[in-house]
Amino acid sequence: MNEISTIVDVRGVDVELGGRRVLTNVNFKVESAEFTGLIGSNGAGKTTLLRMMLGLISPTRGEVLWPTNAREERRVGYVPQKVTLDVDVPLRVRDFVALGDDGHRYGLRRRTRSTWERVEEMLDAVEASALGERRIGALSGGELQRVLMAHALVSRPELLLLDEPLANLDPGATQDIVELLARVRDRQHVAVVLSAHDINSLIGVMDRVVYIANAHVASGPTEEVVRPDVLSALYGHHVDVVRVHGRVLVVSGDPMGPVAAHPDLVVE
Amino acid sequence: MHWLFEPGLWSNVAVRTGMGVGVAVAVVSALVGLFTVMRSQSFAGHALADVAMAGGAGAGVLGVSPLAGFVLGSLAGAGAMEAIGVERVRQRDVATGVVLGAATGLSALFLYLITLNSSSTGSTQLILFGSLFSVSNSTFLVVLALSVLVVVALASLGRPLLFASLSPDAAKARGVAVSRVTLSFTLLVAVTVGLSSIVIGAVLSTALLIGPPAAALRLGRRMSTTLFVASMLGVVAVLLGVVLSYDSFYWWSSHRALPVSFCVVVLIVFELLLVSLYRAMSRRRERVVV
Repeated sequence: MNEISTIVDVRGVDVELGGRRVLTNVNFKVESAEFTGLIGSNGAGKTTLLRMMLGLISPTRGEVLWPTNAREERRVGYVPQKVTLDVDVPLRVRDFVALGDDGHRYGLRRRTRSTWERVEEMLDAVEASALGERRIGALSGGELQRVLMAHALVSRPELLLLDEPLANLDPGATQDIVELLARVRDRQHVAVVLSAHDINSLIGVMDRVVYIANAHVASGPTEEVVRPDVLSALYGHHVDVVRVHGRVLVVSGDPMGPVAAHPDLVVE
Repeated sequence: MHWLFEPGLWSNVAVRTGMGVGVAVAVVSALVGLFTVMRSQSFAGHALADVAMAGGAGAGVLGVSPLAGFVLGSLAGAGAMEAIGVERVRQRDVATGVVLGAATGLSALFLYLITLNSSSTGSTQLILFGSLFSVSNSTFLVVLALSVLVVVALASLGRPLLFASLSPDAAKARGVAVSRVTLSFTLLVAVTVGLSSIVIGAVLSTALLIGPPAAALRLGRRMSTTLFVASMLGVVAVLLGVVLSYDSFYWWSSHRALPVSFCVVVLIVFELLLVSLYRAMSRRRERVVV
Protein backbone atom coordinates (compact mmCIF):
# COMPACT_ATOMS: atom_id res chain seq x y z
CA MET A 1 0.00 0.00 0.00
CA ASN A 2 1.47 3.34 -1.02
CA GLU A 3 1.46 6.12 1.55
CA ILE A 4 -0.45 9.31 0.86
CA SER A 5 1.75 12.38 1.11
CA THR A 6 1.72 15.98 -0.07
CA ILE A 7 3.71 16.40 -3.27
CA VAL A 8 3.27 20.09 -3.82
CA ASP A 9 1.77 22.74 -1.57
CA VAL A 10 0.78 26.06 -3.18
CA ARG A 11 0.48 28.67 -0.42
CA GLY A 12 -0.96 32.17 -0.76
CA VAL A 13 0.42 32.67 -4.25
CA ASP A 14 -0.05 35.85 -6.31
CA VAL A 15 1.25 36.04 -9.87
CA GLU A 16 1.57 39.19 -11.95
CA LEU A 17 2.52 39.12 -15.62
CA GLY A 18 3.26 42.35 -17.48
CA GLY A 19 1.80 44.39 -14.63
CA ARG A 20 -1.49 42.44 -14.72
CA ARG A 21 -2.59 40.36 -11.73
CA VAL A 22 -3.22 36.88 -13.18
CA LEU A 23 -3.64 34.93 -9.93
CA THR A 24 -4.53 36.11 -6.43
CA ASN A 25 -4.02 34.27 -3.15
CA VAL A 26 -4.00 30.75 -4.61
CA ASN A 27 -3.96 27.93 -2.06
CA PHE A 28 -4.17 24.20 -2.73
CA LYS A 29 -2.28 20.97 -2.21
CA VAL A 30 -1.63 18.02 -4.51
CA GLU A 31 -1.48 14.68 -2.73
CA SER A 32 0.19 11.57 -4.09
CA ALA A 33 -1.76 9.58 -6.71
CA GLU A 34 -4.52 12.20 -6.66
CA PHE A 35 -6.29 13.40 -9.83
CA THR A 36 -6.68 17.19 -9.84
CA GLY A 37 -8.59 19.08 -12.53
CA LEU A 38 -7.45 22.66 -13.07
CA ILE A 39 -10.57 24.23 -14.55
CA GLY A 40 -11.04 27.68 -16.04
CA SER A 41 -11.94 29.42 -19.26
CA ASN A 42 -9.32 30.37 -21.86
CA GLY A 43 -6.99 33.03 -20.45
CA ALA A 44 -8.05 32.35 -16.85
CA GLY A 45 -4.45 31.58 -15.81
CA LYS A 46 -4.28 27.78 -15.96
CA THR A 47 -1.02 27.67 -17.92
CA THR A 48 0.44 30.36 -15.66
CA LEU A 49 -0.44 28.29 -12.60
CA LEU A 50 1.12 25.15 -14.08
CA ARG A 51 4.29 27.01 -15.13
CA MET A 52 4.49 28.53 -11.69
CA MET A 53 4.23 25.07 -10.09
CA LEU A 54 7.08 23.93 -12.34
CA GLY A 55 9.23 26.88 -11.28
CA LEU A 56 9.25 28.39 -14.78
CA ILE A 57 7.53 31.54 -13.42
CA SER A 58 8.20 33.03 -9.98
CA PRO A 59 5.22 34.06 -7.85
CA THR A 60 5.10 37.71 -6.82
CA ARG A 61 3.87 36.62 -3.38
CA GLY A 62 3.51 33.31 -1.57
CA GLU A 63 5.37 30.09 -2.16
CA VAL A 64 5.22 26.67 -3.76
CA LEU A 65 6.54 24.03 -1.40
CA TRP A 66 8.02 20.74 -2.58
CA PRO A 67 9.43 17.92 -0.45
CA THR A 68 12.85 18.94 -1.79
CA ASN A 69 14.24 22.34 -2.74
CA ALA A 70 16.61 20.96 -5.40
CA ARG A 71 14.75 21.18 -8.70
CA GLU A 72 16.64 18.28 -10.26
CA GLU A 73 15.48 16.02 -7.42
CA ARG A 74 11.81 16.81 -8.01
CA ARG A 75 10.18 14.04 -9.95
CA VAL A 76 7.85 15.96 -12.24
CA GLY A 77 6.64 15.12 -15.73
CA TYR A 78 5.20 17.90 -17.86
CA VAL A 79 3.09 17.76 -20.98
CA PRO A 80 2.95 21.31 -22.39
CA GLN A 81 0.00 22.63 -24.34
CA LYS A 82 1.98 23.32 -27.47
CA VAL A 83 4.55 20.97 -28.92
CA THR A 84 5.30 21.98 -32.47
CA LEU A 85 6.74 18.99 -34.25
CA ASP A 86 7.61 19.32 -37.90
CA VAL A 87 6.58 16.34 -39.98
CA ASP A 88 10.23 15.89 -41.02
CA VAL A 89 11.69 15.67 -37.49
CA PRO A 90 13.91 12.58 -37.80
CA LEU A 91 12.84 10.89 -34.60
CA ARG A 92 10.94 7.70 -34.05
CA VAL A 93 8.33 7.74 -31.30
CA ARG A 94 10.49 5.56 -29.04
CA ASP A 95 13.50 7.90 -29.51
CA PHE A 96 11.33 10.85 -28.49
CA VAL A 97 10.06 9.02 -25.40
CA ALA A 98 13.64 8.09 -24.43
CA LEU A 99 14.53 11.79 -24.59
CA GLY A 100 12.17 12.29 -21.64
CA ASP A 101 14.49 10.08 -19.62
CA ASP A 102 17.97 11.22 -20.65
CA GLY A 103 17.35 14.45 -22.60
CA HIS A 104 18.79 16.52 -19.73
CA ARG A 105 22.13 14.67 -19.78
CA TYR A 106 25.13 16.04 -21.65
CA GLY A 107 27.33 13.71 -23.66
CA LEU A 108 26.57 10.82 -25.95
CA ARG A 109 26.21 7.83 -23.71
CA ARG A 110 24.58 4.87 -25.42
CA ARG A 111 21.14 4.13 -24.09
CA THR A 112 21.08 1.02 -21.95
CA ARG A 113 18.75 -1.92 -22.33
CA SER A 114 16.92 -0.84 -19.14
CA THR A 115 16.20 2.60 -20.67
CA TRP A 116 14.68 0.97 -23.75
CA GLU A 117 12.70 -1.42 -21.55
CA ARG A 118 11.30 1.53 -19.61
CA VAL A 119 10.44 3.29 -22.88
CA GLU A 120 8.50 0.22 -24.05
CA GLU A 121 6.84 -0.08 -20.64
CA MET A 122 5.63 3.53 -20.81
CA LEU A 123 4.45 3.20 -24.41
CA ASP A 124 2.55 0.14 -23.23
CA ALA A 125 1.15 2.07 -20.24
CA VAL A 126 -0.33 4.71 -22.55
CA GLU A 127 -1.44 1.99 -24.98
CA ALA A 128 0.83 3.25 -27.76
CA SER A 129 3.19 0.27 -28.20
CA ALA A 130 2.24 0.02 -31.86
CA LEU A 131 3.49 3.57 -32.50
CA GLY A 132 7.13 2.97 -31.44
CA GLU A 133 8.59 2.91 -34.96
CA ARG A 134 6.47 5.77 -36.34
CA ARG A 135 7.90 9.20 -37.07
CA ILE A 136 6.99 11.55 -34.20
CA GLY A 137 5.85 14.27 -36.62
CA ALA A 138 3.37 11.99 -38.38
CA LEU A 139 1.03 11.24 -35.47
CA SER A 140 -2.60 12.28 -35.08
CA GLY A 141 -3.60 14.59 -32.19
CA GLY A 142 -4.77 11.71 -29.96
CA GLU A 143 -1.71 9.59 -30.73
CA LEU A 144 0.62 12.50 -30.00
CA GLN A 145 -1.05 13.11 -26.62
CA ARG A 146 -0.39 9.49 -25.63
CA VAL A 147 3.24 9.72 -26.75
CA LEU A 148 3.72 13.02 -24.90
CA MET A 149 2.39 11.34 -21.79
CA ALA A 150 4.82 8.43 -22.19
CA HIS A 151 7.59 11.00 -22.74
CA ALA A 152 6.66 12.72 -19.47
CA LEU A 153 6.19 9.45 -17.56
CA VAL A 154 9.40 7.69 -18.59
CA SER A 155 11.45 9.38 -15.86
CA ARG A 156 9.01 7.90 -13.32
CA PRO A 157 7.63 11.17 -11.94
CA GLU A 158 5.48 11.32 -8.82
CA LEU A 159 3.59 14.29 -10.32
CA LEU A 160 2.38 14.58 -13.91
CA LEU A 161 1.26 18.04 -15.07
CA LEU A 162 -0.70 18.26 -18.31
CA ASP A 163 -1.65 21.57 -19.92
CA GLU A 164 -4.89 21.32 -21.89
CA PRO A 165 -4.22 17.81 -23.23
CA LEU A 166 -7.86 17.45 -24.25
CA ALA A 167 -8.01 20.57 -26.43
CA ASN A 168 -8.54 19.77 -30.11
CA LEU A 169 -9.47 16.14 -29.44
CA ASP A 170 -12.80 14.68 -30.56
CA PRO A 171 -15.16 13.46 -27.78
CA GLY A 172 -14.15 9.80 -28.22
CA ALA A 173 -10.43 10.52 -28.02
CA THR A 174 -11.04 12.84 -25.04
CA GLN A 175 -12.77 10.10 -23.07
CA ASP A 176 -10.03 7.61 -24.01
CA ILE A 177 -7.27 9.92 -22.76
CA VAL A 178 -9.07 10.70 -19.48
CA GLU A 179 -9.69 7.00 -18.77
CA LEU A 180 -6.10 6.23 -19.70
CA LEU A 181 -4.81 8.91 -17.31
CA ALA A 182 -6.94 7.46 -14.50
CA ARG A 183 -5.43 4.02 -15.15
CA VAL A 184 -1.90 5.48 -15.29
CA ARG A 185 -2.55 7.31 -12.01
CA ASP A 186 -3.58 4.03 -10.35
CA ARG A 187 -0.88 1.79 -11.84
CA GLN A 188 2.09 4.17 -11.70
CA HIS A 189 0.92 5.78 -8.45
CA VAL A 190 1.47 9.21 -9.96
CA ALA A 191 -0.45 12.36 -9.04
CA VAL A 192 -2.10 13.95 -12.08
CA VAL A 193 -2.84 17.66 -12.48
CA LEU A 194 -4.67 18.34 -15.72
CA SER A 195 -5.84 21.73 -16.96
CA ALA A 196 -8.98 21.96 -19.06
CA HIS A 197 -11.59 24.52 -19.96
CA ASP A 198 -14.31 21.87 -20.05
CA ILE A 199 -14.88 20.03 -16.79
CA ASN A 200 -17.36 17.44 -18.12
CA SER A 201 -14.97 14.78 -19.23
CA LEU A 202 -13.08 14.84 -15.91
CA ILE A 203 -16.03 14.44 -13.57
CA GLY A 204 -15.76 10.70 -13.10
CA VAL A 205 -12.06 10.68 -12.31
CA MET A 206 -11.30 13.92 -10.43
CA ASP A 207 -10.45 13.75 -6.73
CA ARG A 208 -10.10 17.52 -6.50
CA VAL A 209 -11.00 20.52 -8.61
CA VAL A 210 -9.00 23.74 -8.67
CA TYR A 211 -11.44 26.20 -10.20
CA ILE A 212 -9.97 29.44 -11.56
CA ALA A 213 -12.10 32.49 -12.36
CA ASN A 214 -11.56 36.19 -12.06
CA ALA A 215 -7.91 35.61 -11.01
CA HIS A 216 -9.11 33.74 -7.91
CA VAL A 217 -9.14 30.04 -7.16
CA ALA A 218 -11.45 27.70 -5.25
CA SER A 219 -10.25 24.17 -4.60
CA GLY A 220 -11.58 21.00 -3.01
CA PRO A 221 -13.77 18.03 -3.88
CA THR A 222 -16.02 18.81 -6.89
CA GLU A 223 -19.26 18.80 -4.88
CA GLU A 224 -17.82 21.31 -2.39
CA VAL A 225 -16.50 23.72 -5.04
CA VAL A 226 -19.08 23.62 -7.82
CA ARG A 227 -21.87 25.21 -5.78
CA PRO A 228 -23.72 28.48 -6.39
CA ASP A 229 -22.34 30.18 -3.25
CA VAL A 230 -18.70 29.22 -3.88
CA LEU A 231 -18.71 30.04 -7.59
CA SER A 232 -20.69 33.28 -7.09
CA ALA A 233 -18.02 34.43 -4.65
CA LEU A 234 -15.34 33.43 -7.16
CA TYR A 235 -16.91 35.20 -10.15
CA GLY A 236 -17.91 38.25 -8.12
CA HIS A 237 -21.52 38.03 -9.27
CA HIS A 238 -24.35 35.55 -8.80
CA VAL A 239 -24.23 32.30 -10.75
CA ASP A 240 -26.53 29.29 -10.59
CA VAL A 241 -25.58 25.65 -10.76
CA VAL A 242 -28.32 23.81 -12.67
CA ARG A 243 -28.60 20.03 -12.91
CA VAL A 244 -29.73 18.68 -16.29
CA HIS A 245 -29.78 14.95 -17.13
CA GLY A 246 -27.17 14.19 -14.49
CA ARG A 247 -24.99 17.07 -15.58
CA VAL A 248 -24.75 20.50 -14.10
CA LEU A 249 -24.67 23.78 -15.98
CA VAL A 250 -23.14 26.79 -14.33
CA VAL A 251 -25.09 29.74 -15.68
CA SER A 252 -25.31 33.47 -15.18
CA GLY A 253 -27.60 34.10 -12.22
CA ASP A 254 -29.41 37.19 -13.54
CA PRO A 255 -33.03 35.97 -13.99
CA MET A 256 -33.91 38.99 -16.18
CA GLY A 257 -31.00 38.54 -18.55
CA PRO A 258 -30.34 35.84 -21.14
CA VAL A 259 -29.14 32.62 -19.52
CA ALA A 260 -25.71 32.12 -20.99
CA ALA A 261 -24.74 28.51 -20.50
CA HIS A 262 -21.05 29.00 -20.97
CA PRO A 263 -19.51 25.79 -22.26
CA ASP A 264 -16.56 26.31 -19.92
CA LEU A 265 -18.82 26.17 -16.93
CA VAL A 266 -20.65 22.90 -17.41
CA VAL A 267 -20.34 20.80 -14.29
CA GLU A 268 -21.97 17.67 -12.99
CA MET B 1 37.87 8.06 -64.91
CA HIS B 2 39.92 10.44 -67.03
CA TRP B 3 36.73 12.05 -68.26
CA LEU B 4 36.06 13.21 -64.68
CA PHE B 5 39.52 13.91 -63.31
CA GLU B 6 41.60 16.20 -65.48
CA PRO B 7 45.41 15.65 -65.42
CA GLY B 8 47.22 16.97 -62.38
CA LEU B 9 44.15 17.08 -60.12
CA TRP B 10 45.53 14.76 -57.44
CA SER B 11 49.12 16.02 -57.59
CA ASN B 12 48.02 19.61 -57.05
CA VAL B 13 48.74 20.54 -53.40
CA ALA B 14 46.28 23.46 -53.39
CA VAL B 15 43.51 21.14 -54.58
CA ARG B 16 44.36 18.50 -51.97
CA THR B 17 44.42 21.07 -49.14
CA GLY B 18 41.20 22.60 -50.46
CA MET B 19 39.54 19.19 -50.46
CA GLY B 20 40.68 18.53 -46.88
CA VAL B 21 39.32 21.86 -45.68
CA GLY B 22 36.14 21.35 -47.69
CA VAL B 23 35.44 17.90 -46.22
CA ALA B 24 36.01 19.07 -42.63
CA VAL B 25 33.78 22.12 -43.08
CA ALA B 26 31.09 20.19 -44.98
CA VAL B 27 30.77 17.68 -42.13
CA VAL B 28 30.66 20.35 -39.41
CA SER B 29 28.17 22.46 -41.40
CA ALA B 30 25.90 19.47 -41.95
CA LEU B 31 25.88 18.45 -38.28
CA VAL B 32 25.32 21.96 -36.94
CA GLY B 33 23.02 22.80 -39.86
CA LEU B 34 20.64 19.93 -39.09
CA PHE B 35 19.89 21.40 -35.67
CA THR B 36 19.74 24.90 -37.21
CA VAL B 37 17.06 23.78 -39.67
CA MET B 38 15.15 21.81 -37.03
CA ARG B 39 15.16 24.87 -34.74
CA SER B 40 13.96 27.10 -37.63
CA GLN B 41 17.08 29.24 -37.24
CA SER B 42 18.08 29.33 -40.91
CA PHE B 43 17.56 33.10 -40.97
CA ALA B 44 19.86 33.48 -37.95
CA GLY B 45 22.43 31.32 -39.75
CA HIS B 46 22.24 33.59 -42.77
CA ALA B 47 22.54 36.70 -40.61
CA LEU B 48 25.62 35.26 -38.93
CA ALA B 49 27.12 34.70 -42.39
CA ASP B 50 26.62 38.38 -43.12
CA VAL B 51 28.28 39.27 -39.82
CA ALA B 52 31.10 36.88 -40.75
CA MET B 53 31.39 38.82 -44.00
CA ALA B 54 31.82 42.06 -42.02
CA GLY B 55 34.45 40.29 -39.88
CA GLY B 56 36.27 38.96 -42.95
CA ALA B 57 36.16 42.40 -44.59
CA GLY B 58 37.43 43.99 -41.37
CA ALA B 59 40.29 41.49 -41.33
CA GLY B 60 41.00 42.46 -44.94
CA VAL B 61 41.26 46.13 -43.96
CA LEU B 62 43.61 45.28 -41.09
CA GLY B 63 45.58 42.82 -43.22
CA VAL B 64 45.06 39.83 -40.87
CA SER B 65 43.85 36.28 -41.57
CA PRO B 66 40.36 36.21 -43.14
CA LEU B 67 39.50 33.04 -41.17
CA ALA B 68 40.08 34.90 -37.89
CA GLY B 69 37.89 37.73 -39.20
CA PHE B 70 35.11 35.35 -40.29
CA VAL B 71 35.03 33.40 -37.01
CA LEU B 72 35.46 36.35 -34.64
CA GLY B 73 32.96 38.47 -36.60
CA SER B 74 30.40 35.70 -36.54
CA LEU B 75 30.93 35.08 -32.80
CA ALA B 76 30.46 38.81 -32.12
CA GLY B 77 27.24 38.70 -34.14
CA ALA B 78 25.99 35.71 -32.14
CA GLY B 79 26.79 37.58 -28.92
CA ALA B 80 24.90 40.63 -30.16
CA MET B 81 21.85 38.54 -31.09
CA GLU B 82 21.81 36.91 -27.65
CA ALA B 83 22.26 40.27 -25.95
CA ILE B 84 19.31 41.78 -27.82
CA GLY B 85 17.09 38.85 -26.82
CA VAL B 86 16.30 35.43 -28.18
CA GLU B 87 13.86 33.96 -25.69
CA ARG B 88 10.82 34.24 -27.93
CA VAL B 89 10.73 33.45 -31.63
CA ARG B 90 9.52 36.95 -32.59
CA GLN B 91 12.25 38.61 -30.50
CA ARG B 92 14.78 36.28 -32.06
CA ASP B 93 13.62 37.31 -35.51
CA VAL B 94 13.89 41.02 -34.68
CA ALA B 95 17.31 40.59 -33.03
CA THR B 96 18.52 38.70 -36.09
CA GLY B 97 17.25 41.39 -38.45
CA VAL B 98 18.87 44.19 -36.45
CA VAL B 99 22.25 42.44 -36.37
CA LEU B 100 21.97 41.55 -40.07
CA GLY B 101 21.34 45.17 -41.07
CA ALA B 102 24.19 46.52 -38.96
CA ALA B 103 26.62 43.89 -40.26
CA THR B 104 25.77 44.52 -43.90
CA GLY B 105 26.42 48.23 -43.38
CA LEU B 106 29.80 47.47 -41.83
CA SER B 107 30.63 45.11 -44.70
CA ALA B 108 29.88 47.86 -47.21
CA LEU B 109 32.26 50.20 -45.40
CA PHE B 110 35.07 47.64 -45.03
CA LEU B 111 34.79 46.39 -48.62
CA TYR B 112 34.89 50.00 -49.82
CA LEU B 113 38.05 50.59 -47.78
CA ILE B 114 39.59 47.45 -49.29
CA THR B 115 38.81 48.57 -52.85
CA LEU B 116 40.61 51.87 -52.14
CA ASN B 117 43.75 49.78 -51.91
CA SER B 118 44.40 48.68 -55.49
CA SER B 119 46.91 46.03 -54.44
CA SER B 120 44.22 43.89 -52.78
CA THR B 121 41.50 43.63 -55.44
CA GLY B 122 41.27 39.86 -54.89
CA SER B 123 40.31 40.29 -51.23
CA THR B 124 36.73 41.33 -51.95
CA GLN B 125 36.22 38.24 -54.11
CA LEU B 126 37.76 36.06 -51.36
CA ILE B 127 35.56 37.48 -48.63
CA LEU B 128 32.33 37.30 -50.58
CA PHE B 129 32.81 34.00 -52.42
CA GLY B 130 35.63 32.13 -50.66
CA SER B 131 38.92 30.84 -51.95
CA LEU B 132 39.25 27.14 -51.27
CA PHE B 133 42.31 26.77 -53.53
CA SER B 134 44.28 29.44 -51.70
CA VAL B 135 43.94 27.98 -48.18
CA SER B 136 47.36 27.65 -46.56
CA ASN B 137 48.49 24.62 -44.59
CA SER B 138 48.43 26.55 -41.33
CA THR B 139 44.85 27.70 -41.99
CA PHE B 140 43.95 24.10 -42.81
CA LEU B 141 45.19 23.02 -39.37
CA VAL B 142 43.21 25.77 -37.64
CA VAL B 143 40.08 24.78 -39.60
CA LEU B 144 40.62 21.14 -38.63
CA ALA B 145 41.09 21.99 -34.93
CA LEU B 146 38.01 24.23 -34.85
CA SER B 147 35.98 21.58 -36.69
CA VAL B 148 36.89 18.91 -34.13
CA LEU B 149 36.06 21.34 -31.33
CA VAL B 150 32.62 22.10 -32.77
CA VAL B 151 31.80 18.41 -33.34
CA VAL B 152 32.83 17.45 -29.79
CA ALA B 153 30.83 20.35 -28.31
CA LEU B 154 27.78 19.48 -30.41
CA ALA B 155 28.00 15.81 -29.41
CA SER B 156 28.06 16.84 -25.77
CA LEU B 157 25.18 19.28 -26.23
CA GLY B 158 23.15 17.00 -28.55
CA ARG B 159 20.45 15.55 -26.31
CA PRO B 160 19.65 18.66 -24.22
CA LEU B 161 19.67 20.70 -27.44
CA LEU B 162 17.27 18.30 -29.14
CA PHE B 163 15.02 18.25 -26.06
CA ALA B 164 15.07 22.07 -25.80
CA SER B 165 14.38 22.40 -29.52
CA LEU B 166 11.33 20.12 -29.49
CA SER B 167 9.74 21.13 -26.19
CA PRO B 168 11.53 23.96 -24.32
CA ASP B 169 9.18 24.05 -21.32
CA ALA B 170 9.27 20.29 -20.79
CA ALA B 171 13.05 20.45 -21.10
CA LYS B 172 13.21 23.22 -18.47
CA ALA B 173 10.95 21.18 -16.20
CA ARG B 174 13.34 18.23 -16.59
CA GLY B 175 16.27 20.42 -15.53
CA VAL B 176 17.76 21.48 -18.89
CA ALA B 177 19.33 24.95 -18.71
CA VAL B 178 17.58 25.94 -21.94
CA SER B 179 19.00 29.47 -22.30
CA ARG B 180 22.55 28.24 -21.70
CA VAL B 181 22.07 25.44 -24.23
CA THR B 182 20.62 27.90 -26.77
CA LEU B 183 23.51 30.35 -26.30
CA SER B 184 26.08 27.56 -26.66
CA PHE B 185 24.43 26.37 -29.86
CA THR B 186 24.31 29.88 -31.35
CA LEU B 187 28.06 30.17 -30.70
CA LEU B 188 28.60 26.83 -32.46
CA VAL B 189 26.59 28.09 -35.46
CA ALA B 190 28.76 31.21 -35.45
CA VAL B 191 32.02 29.25 -35.59
CA THR B 192 30.58 26.94 -38.27
CA VAL B 193 29.49 29.86 -40.45
CA GLY B 194 32.96 31.38 -40.03
CA LEU B 195 34.51 28.11 -41.19
CA SER B 196 32.23 27.67 -44.18
CA SER B 197 32.92 31.28 -45.22
CA ILE B 198 36.47 30.14 -45.99
CA VAL B 199 35.17 27.38 -48.26
CA ILE B 200 32.42 29.07 -50.27
CA GLY B 201 32.54 32.64 -49.00
CA ALA B 202 30.45 34.52 -46.51
CA VAL B 203 27.62 35.20 -48.94
CA LEU B 204 27.13 31.53 -49.83
CA SER B 205 28.05 29.86 -46.53
CA THR B 206 24.36 29.48 -45.60
CA ALA B 207 23.99 27.13 -48.56
CA LEU B 208 26.39 24.63 -46.99
CA LEU B 209 24.81 25.09 -43.57
CA ILE B 210 21.20 24.68 -44.68
CA GLY B 211 21.14 22.79 -48.02
CA PRO B 212 22.49 19.32 -47.13
CA PRO B 213 20.56 19.10 -43.81
CA ALA B 214 17.34 20.26 -45.50
CA ALA B 215 17.75 17.50 -48.09
CA ALA B 216 18.69 14.88 -45.47
CA LEU B 217 15.62 15.73 -43.37
CA ARG B 218 13.48 14.58 -46.29
CA LEU B 219 15.17 11.19 -46.23
CA GLY B 220 16.13 10.21 -42.66
CA ARG B 221 13.90 8.70 -40.00
CA ARG B 222 16.47 8.72 -37.19
CA MET B 223 18.83 11.41 -35.98
CA SER B 224 21.95 9.31 -36.51
CA THR B 225 21.16 8.39 -40.12
CA THR B 226 19.97 11.92 -40.94
CA LEU B 227 23.19 13.42 -39.55
CA PHE B 228 25.19 10.91 -41.60
CA VAL B 229 23.23 11.55 -44.82
CA ALA B 230 23.52 15.34 -44.36
CA SER B 231 27.30 15.03 -43.88
CA MET B 232 27.64 12.83 -46.95
CA LEU B 233 25.58 15.20 -49.11
CA GLY B 234 27.78 18.10 -47.96
CA VAL B 235 31.01 16.20 -48.57
CA VAL B 236 29.89 15.05 -52.04
CA ALA B 237 28.88 18.60 -53.00
CA VAL B 238 32.21 20.05 -51.86
CA LEU B 239 34.44 17.34 -53.39
CA LEU B 240 32.56 17.23 -56.68
CA GLY B 241 32.49 21.04 -56.67
CA VAL B 242 36.27 21.15 -56.36
CA VAL B 243 36.66 18.62 -59.21
CA LEU B 244 34.21 20.49 -61.47
CA SER B 245 35.89 23.81 -60.76
CA TYR B 246 39.32 22.32 -61.51
CA ASP B 247 38.10 20.55 -64.65
CA SER B 248 36.32 23.64 -65.96
CA PHE B 249 39.74 25.20 -66.53
CA TYR B 250 40.12 22.81 -69.48
CA TRP B 251 36.61 23.21 -70.85
CA TRP B 252 37.15 26.43 -72.75
CA SER B 253 40.09 27.64 -74.81
CA SER B 254 40.17 30.78 -72.67
CA HIS B 255 41.16 28.58 -69.68
CA ARG B 256 38.95 30.35 -67.20
CA ALA B 257 37.85 28.03 -64.36
CA LEU B 258 34.41 28.30 -62.79
CA PRO B 259 34.55 29.54 -59.16
CA VAL B 260 34.57 26.58 -56.75
CA SER B 261 31.88 28.17 -54.55
CA PHE B 262 29.57 28.41 -57.56
CA CYS B 263 30.12 24.70 -58.34
CA VAL B 264 29.49 23.68 -54.69
CA VAL B 265 26.28 25.69 -54.43
CA VAL B 266 24.96 24.40 -57.77
CA LEU B 267 25.57 20.84 -56.60
CA ILE B 268 23.80 21.49 -53.28
CA VAL B 269 20.77 22.84 -55.15
CA PHE B 270 20.94 19.83 -57.47
CA GLU B 271 20.98 17.47 -54.46
CA LEU B 272 17.95 19.23 -52.97
CA LEU B 273 16.08 18.93 -56.26
CA LEU B 274 16.95 15.24 -56.59
CA VAL B 275 15.83 14.47 -53.04
CA SER B 276 12.58 16.42 -53.49
CA LEU B 277 11.92 14.53 -56.72
CA TYR B 278 12.66 11.19 -55.02
CA ARG B 279 10.33 12.01 -52.16
CA ALA B 280 7.55 13.19 -54.44
CA MET B 281 7.85 9.95 -56.43
CA SER B 282 7.91 7.70 -53.37
CA ARG B 283 4.85 9.48 -51.93
CA ARG B 284 3.03 9.04 -55.20
CA ARG B 285 3.93 5.34 -55.14
CA GLU B 286 2.59 5.09 -51.56
CA ARG B 287 -0.68 6.70 -52.63
CA VAL B 288 -1.03 4.29 -55.53
CA VAL B 289 -0.39 1.28 -53.26
CA VAL B 290 -2.93 2.53 -50.71
